[in-house]
Amino acid sequence: MKFLFDSDSWQEIYGSIRKNKIRTVITIIGVLWGIFLLVVLLGAARGMENGFKKIFGDFATNSVFVWTQRTDTPFKGFQKGRRFSLNSNDIEALKSEYGDKIKFLAPRNQTSNLLVHNFKSGTFQVSGDYPVLDMIQKKKLIYGRFINQNDMSSYAKVTVISEDMYKQLFDKGVVPIGEYIKINSINYKVIGVYGPSQGIDLDGDTAYIPFSTFKKVYNTADDIDWMVITADQNTDIKQLESDIKLTLKSLHKVHPEDKRAFGSFNLGTEFAKFTDFLTGMQFLTWFVGIATLIAGVFAIGNILLITVKERTKEIGIRRALGATPKSIRQQIILESVFLTTVAGMLGIVFGGLILFVIDSLFGQGEDAALVNPTVNIPIIFIAFITLIVLGTLIGLIPAHMATVVKPIEALREE
Amino acid sequence: MIKIEKLHKSYPIGKDSLHVLKGIDLHIKEGEFVSIMGSSGSGKSTLLNIVGLLDIHDEGNYYLNGQLIKDLNEKKAAILRNKFLGFVFQSFNLISYKTAVENVALPLYYKGMNRKERLQIALEYLEKVGLKDWANHLPNELSGGQKQRVAIARALVTKPKVVLADEPTGALDSTTTDSVMDLLKAINDEGMTVFVITHEEEVAEQTKRVVRLKDGVIISDEFTKAAKAV
Repeated sequence: MKFLFDSDSWQEIYGSIRKNKIRTVITIIGVLWGIFLLVVLLGAARGMENGFKKIFGDFATNSVFVWTQRTDTPFKGFQKGRRFSLNSNDIEALKSEYGDKIKFLAPRNQTSNLLVHNFKSGTFQVSGDYPVLDMIQKKKLIYGRFINQNDMSSYAKVTVISEDMYKQLFDKGVVPIGEYIKINSINYKVIGVYGPSQGIDLDGDTAYIPFSTFKKVYNTADDIDWMVITADQNTDIKQLESDIKLTLKSLHKVHPEDKRAFGSFNLGTEFAKFTDFLTGMQFLTWFVGIATLIAGVFAIGNILLITVKERTKEIGIRRALGATPKSIRQQIILESVFLTTVAGMLGIVFGGLILFVIDSLFGQGEDAALVNPTVNIPIIFIAFITLIVLGTLIGLIPAHMATVVKPIEALREE
Repeated sequence: MIKIEKLHKSYPIGKDSLHVLKGIDLHIKEGEFVSIMGSSGSGKSTLLNIVGLLDIHDEGNYYLNGQLIKDLNEKKAAILRNKFLGFVFQSFNLISYKTAVENVALPLYYKGMNRKERLQIALEYLEKVGLKDWANHLPNELSGGQKQRVAIARALVTKPKVVLADEPTGALDSTTTDSVMDLLKAINDEGMTVFVITHEEEVAEQTKRVVRLKDGVIISDEFTKAAKAV
């Protein structure tokens, strides 16, 4: 260890590097390129990942949407092509059967209506919802609050509207909370205004009213248009989807093999596709980065080998003057490690700079392709350590070559 | 100081082997100034390499400073070289990217001496060979004679027991040859054992004992006029 802190060792390295400027620069570029690629690729991959995460945004990704269509198989005396609806009975059945797996279950009814406030009006989607919807698709409220359980049980005529709707229906500067708007000629009190959601938005501009109120006002009886089911984090959402459909089929006397009766969209599997893609990207990044790094380290070994060959005579002189094979080896390994380390540090710095540039070019604004392209410090640290270890190992080869030649033969070399 | 008994050495050349040294007996005492004469191929360089621990002998005994040289590994050989031997080569063998003083200081580096101390000692020895003013010049800025004097300073810097010079004047003209020989004589006068290999009669005449080799055997071993004059 003393050897490392000996200024003479470094003096020797400085001398040898100064003597071989070009090969030193070329060597450094090899490794620099490797770690540079690793840093930039990892950062870009991370940026993409962050970008995707932003698209999914506030939505609980472990979710599946289920609705009814027409049957495609006759069953239990029913013709094919039968239409039917989900109902509150189904909700209870699902809750009792899959209570441990389902985190949230939100039945929804939707229609489209004219909304009027004073002399302003517009046609928007109206949605009857449970308060739990806010858990599945988080609303960013600018004013007020979302629908709560009280509104549900009191059949309150209250509504939560979007910022765009607010701008369209209200004069500038008017506080909308407590104001009334007419939906389908019935007065509703505005209790909240939500801003645009980050990422996926299922509903667009929608006036949310309590599910119970919707049921009464639109006379939908027990029918449910569709429902959103969010599973617990550890539940296999694909499995849950088919289980739920099977249960619903038996409840509605639909053939178990019926492919059309229930429609569904599984956000979980869609999301999984993205995550798989990202994992693939990460793997590719590591593979390319490490491979380039190894190539760079081999280049260092190769060039050191040539240098050793070039310096055979010098090494011979040194040995005649009393250099032990160990001191020669140490010198060459230290040189290798020093070069890899310097190259590695430069590569990380340049990689960081490029990520900074990428971030300022592609990482800004709402629909940025790459969001916050960064690389974790521990990952850099591991890559760096790997580099030093590889540098040492590769240095062993020329170091061995330097000492395997007998001093007498080395001296004879011209 | 150096005692050689029935030394044999052969080199493999293809399937055959070339018998270079065929039983050399030689005893060099401390403070002697010996030259080995011989035409090329006589085995004189091989002898010097063996004496200098750069090569190993096949048969016979070699005692350096009373120590039997046998089964040396590279590390031990390096330490012995550093401790007991100083080398002067025909082609100087200075390290081109190091200054004169750094070249002289190099053996001290391998001895483990710190930089300040060894540069100071190196400078003293450069002064001794008359090159103090050239201490910070690179070898390619020096003349042949100056280079060889730097090499001699380097050989002396560890205070070795023996200075081994392999054709020290082979690459020099007659004027610089004389100055280098004067330097070697001066070193010898201070009590250093000097062992020179040469094929020049004029050089050999200036040493105190001439050993003539031919085809791997010693054909004569006699003191010169220079020795008798003392």
